[in-house]
Amino acid sequence: MSTAVVQTDRAKAENRLGQRLVAPAIIVMLVVTAFPILRALYLSFYNYSLAAPEDREFVGLSNYLTALTDQLLWRDIAITVMYMVVTVAIELVIGFVFAMVMHRVVFARGVIRTSILIPYGIITVVSGFAWQFAFTYQNGFINNWLPFVGEKFNWFGETTPAVVAIMVSEIWKTTPFMSLLLLAGLAQVSEDMIEAAQVDGASWWQRLWRVILPNMRAAIMVAVLFRALDAYRIFDNIFVMTGGAVGTESISFLTYRQVIEQFQLGMGSALSVLLFLSVLLVAFLIVKLFKVDLAQARGEG
Amino acid sequence: MSRMLKKLGMPLGVLLILVWCLLPVAWIVSLSFKDAAAVTNGTSPGFFPTDAFAGWDNYRAAWDNEQFRRAILNSLGISLISTFLSVVLATLAAYAIARLEFRGKKLVLSIALAIAMFPVVALVSPLFDLWRTLGLYDTWPGLILPYMSFTLPLAIWTLSAFFREIPWEMEQAAQVDGATSWQAFRKVIVPLAAPGVFTAAILTFFFAWNDFVFGITLTSTENARPIPAALSFFVGSDPFNRPASLLAAGAVIATVPIVLIVLVFQRKIVAGLTSGAVKG
Repeated sequence: MSTAVVQTDRAKAENRLGQRLVAPAIIVMLVVTAFPILRALYLSFYNYSLAAPEDREFVGLSNYLTALTDQLLWRDIAITVMYMVVTVAIELVIGFVFAMVMHRVVFARGVIRTSILIPYGIITVVSGFAWQFAFTYQNGFINNWLPFVGEKFNWFGETTPAVVAIMVSEIWKTTPFMSLLLLAGLAQVSEDMIEAAQVDGASWWQRLWRVILPNMRAAIMVAVLFRALDAYRIFDNIFVMTGGAVGTESISFLTYRQVIEQFQLGMGSALSVLLFLSVLLVAFLIVKLFKVDLAQARGEG
Repeated sequence: MSRMLKKLGMPLGVLLILVWCLLPVAWIVSLSFKDAAAVTNGTSPGFFPTDAFAGWDNYRAAWDNEQFRRAILNSLGISLISTFLSVVLATLAAYAIARLEFRGKKLVLSIALAIAMFPVVALVSPLFDLWRTLGLYDTWPGLILPYMSFTLPLAIWTLSAFFREIPWEMEQAAQVDGATSWQAFRKVIVPLAAPGVFTAAILTFFFAWNDFVFGITLTSTENARPIPAALSFFVGSDPFNRPASLLAAGAVIATVPIVLIVLVFQRKIVAGLTSGAVKG
């Protein structure tokens, strides 16, 4: 584009065509997201219950004040952040091991690919059921297989074990996604560099930490960003496995409950806006903290 | 020592992956063959059905359930239609992003990225309200629209990465060799682009098939209720007392399409996932 200064007819036509081609996709994406979130913002200033829609009245910021001063919201945010941090950290380790194996392995590649894609493709609800039944003491096998828990141990009786069970299902289901993103990053690390390090006498551990990991930094960061934001929205597994009982409720689940079970559209909308803002904040923090450069990761840098 | 570790490391790693990925699947299949009464009474713990083997009973019972069959039909219809529409729109957009210079290209990619990270549940309350006003509540289009919005980012992302790799000058080369522009497009570009489009379609289908949040909030009857929502409503709302084996049979049926797709297209899906998200 050396003649970019001269706006030729051809360049103008190309500009127009490009914008026309992306327009339908943009419209569909925004119709179901931008417009509803603006409407949520509007509704969040009202006391609006579907049980009594005629009584809708403007209440200003009072929904936000109620939500933000309620212990429940902060407890749910804390537990959501916990889900996010723990699952992503564990997935990163397991996912990296899987990626290493898939990268190096010379046999059974098809079988490995197929089996790793099954958790990825399976419905989260199904994963939740499978793990919930596995953890129940009446029908499950986990209590029999784990040496340190009693046969009649009830995983869903209190917060900590229930959260662990939910995390297991979440980790099982999403580790393949993580490992595939990491595999892509691993493929970008030059073999020559690894070999050179080996010739120079670097141990396996040193090669991993000094050569492989720094060179796939962009891929790791993208994987963490995607998965962290996904984990922050955790909902399906909680719904299926505990129904939000015993303090396992996430912020998404709280919002859902306000709208669908209690028909509180005003309060529900306020929570939706808070959820939206908190996701933005989490995304911002991750991008700033880890200096994720998406353009660079896409090879556009 | 390290030599032996090297030799054993790979097979061990492979074994770890296989057990990790397939154990819960084997478990739900095993559960689906357990006798329903034995499961409810808790007289058949353990991994295998052994003495409480029920044959195909649970599958028959699940399949005889009218609501379940409707849900499968809904899911197939809704997922396929949204996949088709989403991939068509994404192909247009991705072609523009990969091939054309235009103002706002960065903005398109940013919007796609922002939507990929959008908290889906935040839409529940406004969409619930809006869909009821517009008459989209509990209908197929009421689900197809949100599925399109949320699969477009992934599809655009994957496809634009894919299209950038296509040697487009081959189209001109074919024309120089005497092909018409339609022939050049049909015989040269389509075969090169097809695998990417296909991958995007599979990933889109997975998303739509998997969705739960929209499925439970924007439907209320078997009119449009997709399979994940139907499974969760299979029997009452008590999460601690479900007819496990029946549910397991339903879950296995709902997983069959996914397994079939994975078996046939595993290579394409992996290629699509690894090229789309991180391009180097």
